[in-house]
Amino acid sequence: MALKMVKGSIDRMFDKNLQDLVRGIRNHKEDEAKYISQCIDEIKQELKQDNIAVKANAVCKLTYLQMLGYDISWAAFNIIEVMSASKFTFKRIGYLAASQCFHEGTDVIMLTTNQIRKDLSSPSQYDTGVALTGLSCFVTPDLARDLANDIMTLMSHTKPYIRKKAVLIMYKVFLKYPESLRPAFPRLKEKLEDPDPGVQSAAVNVICELARRNPKNYLSLAPLFFKLMTSSTNNWVLIKIIKLFGALTPLEPRLGKKLIEPLTNLIHSTSAMSLLYECVNTVIAVLISLSSGMPNHSASIQLCVQKLRILIEDSDQNLKYLGLLAMSKILRTHPRSVQAHKDLVLQCLDDKDESIRLRALDLLRGMVSKKNLVEIVKKLMSHVDKAEGTTYRDELLTKIIDICSQCNYQHITNFQWYISVLVELTRLEGTRHGHLIAAQMLDVAIRVKAIRKFAVSQMSALLDSAHLVASSTQRNGICEVLYAAAWICGEFSEHLQEPRQTLEAMLRPKVTTLPGHIQAVYVQNVVKLYASILQQKEQAAEPEAAQDVTQLMVDRLPQFVQSADLEVQERASCILQLVKHIQKLQAKDVPVAEEVSALFAGELNPVAPKAQKKVPVPEGLDLDAWINEPPSDSESEDEKPKGIFHDEEQRHAKQRLPEADEEELARRREARKQEQANNPFYIKSSPSPQKRYQDMPGVEHIPVVQIDLSVPLKVPGMPMSDQYVKLEEERRHRQRLEKGRKKKKTKEKGKPRRHGSLHTESDEDITPAQQVDIVTEEMPENALPSDEDDKDPNDPYRALDIDLDRPLADSEKLPVQKHRNVDTSKCADKEDVPVVEKKVKKPKKKEKQHREKEREKTAKGKEKEKSSKHKKKKHKKEKEEKSKDKKKSKKKLPSDEAAEPVENGALDEEPLPPMSSYCLLAENSYIRMTYDIQGSLQKDSQVTVSVVLENQSRSFLKNMELNVLDSLNTKLARPEGSSVHDGVPVPFQLPPGISSEAQFVFTIQSIVMAQKLKGTLSFIAKNDEGSTHEKLDFKLHFSCTSYLVTTPCYSDAFAKLLESGDLSMSSIKVDGISMSFQNLLAKICFHHHFSVVERVDSCASMYSRSIQGHHVCLLMKKGEKSVSVDGKCSDSTLLSNLLEELKATLAKC
Amino acid sequence: MQFMLLFSRQGKLRLQKWYVSLSDREKKKITREIVQTVLARKPKMCSFLEWRDLKIVYKRYATLYFCCAIEDQENELITLEIIHRYVELLDKYFGSVCELDIIFNFEKAYFILDEFLLGGEVQETSKKNILKAIEQADLLQEISYSTSLLC
Repeated sequence: MALKMVKGSIDRMFDKNLQDLVRGIRNHKEDEAKYISQCIDEIKQELKQDNIAVKANAVCKLTYLQMLGYDISWAAFNIIEVMSASKFTFKRIGYLAASQCFHEGTDVIMLTTNQIRKDLSSPSQYDTGVALTGLSCFVTPDLARDLANDIMTLMSHTKPYIRKKAVLIMYKVFLKYPESLRPAFPRLKEKLEDPDPGVQSAAVNVICELARRNPKNYLSLAPLFFKLMTSSTNNWVLIKIIKLFGALTPLEPRLGKKLIEPLTNLIHSTSAMSLLYECVNTVIAVLISLSSGMPNHSASIQLCVQKLRILIEDSDQNLKYLGLLAMSKILRTHPRSVQAHKDLVLQCLDDKDESIRLRALDLLRGMVSKKNLVEIVKKLMSHVDKAEGTTYRDELLTKIIDICSQCNYQHITNFQWYISVLVELTRLEGTRHGHLIAAQMLDVAIRVKAIRKFAVSQMSALLDSAHLVASSTQRNGICEVLYAAAWICGEFSEHLQEPRQTLEAMLRPKVTTLPGHIQAVYVQNVVKLYASILQQKEQAAEPEAAQDVTQLMVDRLPQFVQSADLEVQERASCILQLVKHIQKLQAKDVPVAEEVSALFAGELNPVAPKAQKKVPVPEGLDLDAWINEPPSDSESEDEKPKGIFHDEEQRHAKQRLPEADEEELARRREARKQEQANNPFYIKSSPSPQKRYQDMPGVEHIPVVQIDLSVPLKVPGMPMSDQYVKLEEERRHRQRLEKGRKKKKTKEKGKPRRHGSLHTESDEDITPAQQVDIVTEEMPENALPSDEDDKDPNDPYRALDIDLDRPLADSEKLPVQKHRNVDTSKCADKEDVPVVEKKVKKPKKKEKQHREKEREKTAKGKEKEKSSKHKKKKHKKEKEEKSKDKKKSKKKLPSDEAAEPVENGALDEEPLPPMSSYCLLAENSYIRMTYDIQGSLQKDSQVTVSVVLENQSRSFLKNMELNVLDSLNTKLARPEGSSVHDGVPVPFQLPPGISSEAQFVFTIQSIVMAQKLKGTLSFIAKNDEGSTHEKLDFKLHFSCTSYLVTTPCYSDAFAKLLESGDLSMSSIKVDGISMSFQNLLAKICFHHHFSVVERVDSCASMYSRSIQGHHVCLLMKKGEKSVSVDGKCSDSTLLSNLLEELKATLAKC
Repeated sequence: MQFMLLFSRQGKLRLQKWYVSLSDREKKKITREIVQTVLARKPKMCSFLEWRDLKIVYKRYATLYFCCAIEDQENELITLEIIHRYVELLDKYFGSVCELDIIFNFEKAYFILDEFLLGGEVQETSKKNILKAIEQADLLQEISYSTSLLC
């Protein structure tokens, strides 16, 4: 009650709180802007006050205004003030405001770094939480770099609430500061097995996001995720994992095979649609990557398709939409399975939801066949008529064209029908895709010779009809088709029935309202028409008629000369002069037709769009070299204007120039034919080569097969494609009858087919109405196959493509804020003591931590990963805790091993019993030393020896120094300036019961032989009774194994390596082994640094690589009681030594 | 998830959360475009649409549209689930939530969202945990609020 009163008084103290503001805005609907500017003035006053509560209130109001779209960037500094308030209430508001309005461009953001760091390490988890949440919204590269280490530490916070937030935000940090990925990754990986499900799922989330972008770096995590997938029941996590596998399988097909079964099980069992959908999607992705086509997978596809059908049939529009979406993915690889559901897809075309209709349209592309194309297009055409919005209609139009033209017009049996469809589409008003229709018309008319006559008749009808010209005045793309129509009528004018009529149509005054580029084509093709009319009339000996046509030209052309379009004007002027000249000649009764026609002699071949690009640069031609001396820096810019001439013009030039040299041309043609005949990818334009080259010179070799027309060529008036549906049916019916008759008599002669292999059986029954040849587009000889690299260099995720299995280098450590310049050894020493104390105080916490650590250790053992060791260098404090834990876990090891059941997981890499690679170096009453040797592929003559020193006494150990007797081959790397007799100081001291790890670098010349080095550890032991100088001798054993670095190898690369024959071979056999092959393999892999390439029953191939790059391949077979190992290696001495070491390990098993 | 928007039937923005860093101008442009597109859709249409290279998932609850933008590979159904979960959370917190609750307590709506999602990823799937965290933070707020008044 008292609180409420105080609160009330405070509220009054504020000029206006958030509620008042909101209410005020709602009450001032008419003059909202004015009211708000008034409020902003008030807020500015409030921000000037010293009272933080008032400031926070002002910032809160600003945040609301920001949402309404007002700029509040001017208050950025005040926001930071509120963020740094000590009270959670205000801090929360400050961070909220910052997360809403800060972005990378906010300049004051750098001022927040220290505040955020402070909040991150705050004892209150809510302070830390609110800072993490805010940071996730406005993290910049600078902030990420400066805070990466702090956040990484939080990943091991005691409270799961903080851990999960820290883990999630790491993803944002990685994106902004990719260098942090490698140092932070080992810890992130640990979090996959965090006891708290929230943290675990956060880690799964982050790794999935990372892996989705750069899957190859995360392949090594597959076994771990597989285990998670089979054990997790949380659908949110499952979806992420399944998605991750979808990204991994294309890189590792073996994984795909393993996945199919659990995924299909999930599909069968789950009731959650989201999970089902994810599974189906991943199964599809897996099956696509397993393109080798395993027969038993058709069942999985069938299952997917069935489930999708259920989704599509569902009344929920969302499921319907997604079902269709997934279906289209299957369609790409398994069209047959989807085609069976054609009915469903067609049904969806009638759905009232446009987005569903669009999805269904996508699917149609794969549904068409020769048989149903006409029917489907008919249906689409009826939709075009009904469609309301132009976007959907345009989509329909492009789909129709796409469906018909796909795979080189594979499904079209009757091109007359197709032309009619195109002509019908020109009646669409307001479409943007006129140029698409035009392009199709041109393509078909040029490439399908047999259809030209029909096409020309249709095009002349188009030119004649007024509606297209009339519509050009409106902003309308459909008039583009006139471009095509004019060109077709001009180029193939010999097919025109009434050339004079078409000529007149093209010269109508209305034409000048068309866009410039269309008029230009008109002008050019008018001359072609004119030429052909002249020829006709002269042959028919009708000079008057010829002169009449000339007069028409002279009368009408001036309208184009006046055009505002330069291209039109220029062409028209030239042509007008030409025609006037002809007129003069005609007046003198000189025959001109021959010469005018010669202007347009020859035929155009279709040229592939990419042809120009693919012309190879001849040898010895340097395109960058100057042909002439570079001009002096004169001002004159005589650049030629580009792009004035249209495609069509270019074609003229390209085609007609080379004809100068007939011989050369013929030679090239022969060469090309030869090449095309040998090239399996070249779609032959005709399957009957004998027919092809019947002494036809020049372009005439392009074959045209005679048409057997069963349909009257001239359809009166504007054609209706519908008519063809009926005609087509009749024709097919007739054919079937005929065939039946023929079968009895004789075997049918092999009919030339265009793409026989691609058709389904039923398709093949349908013979095309016309035997049409589709002329293949021309490509230059020796065309280069060009693989364009489409990768976007600006992809933000590219920077995260980082190899995570490589051990960390010193330079990669995260920047840590340091305030002290004290010697590191002392520093570590100081920190040790409080840690121990803290642990004593909080035994419970310690125990918990310990348990966690142990888990981590086990996980690491399984992973055969040792990278975490490198991480330890950085965090001394932790390192010590860890190595201590390590000790404990090691002592427990035997029981663990016994307890751990050998799982019969489905993956090759089954989980292994925990192992440690550390072995005993020396031991006395004071100290126990264990060591491990690791090499790195980056440094070919160096290994790092990690020595764990454990204080077993009650004394305090200090001044530790390690020294070895160098050999010629192996030397301890000492600090600069010290002699070979000086030891290397250990950078820490050991209180009683504590253990820690020191690392020493050795340089090595030859690695083919094992070696032992004698050494001494000297130290001072100090206790209550005084201090003594002690030492411990040891023998450091550098086995050949320690020079090997676990390197994954794919089976194909492995096979190549073995085939190369560069490797020497040797083998061993060990008897009396009782251990299971599984464990044996794990042991060899772990202790001898091998990775399994392939495993079949009790036989496995393994690979490893030495730091100096020797390849080592092993084949291990297990018999009843014996194991044989065949080895191949680039160095025979190394191999025999390695095998000896293997033998020793195996003998212990 | 790239961002989440809440807006009314009249197209008034009620809440916006961006998980990608963009300038204010860009944000406004995107918001306007999406609000228009979504409002133009008919009630019986499906909840997904393709927009630029993103997918928009939206759902209408009473007078409010909840709208999320996700990337190509993300799961639409789980995004719907996220929206629904968020609505449930608001409902539990405010006790049968209405648009006005979100208008007047917009900062609370943000706090709840921040406990549920972080950086565009689901942070906590348990409704109980989220509400517990919010309650405790609120309690802390009350305490620090009252101490600030008393001191």
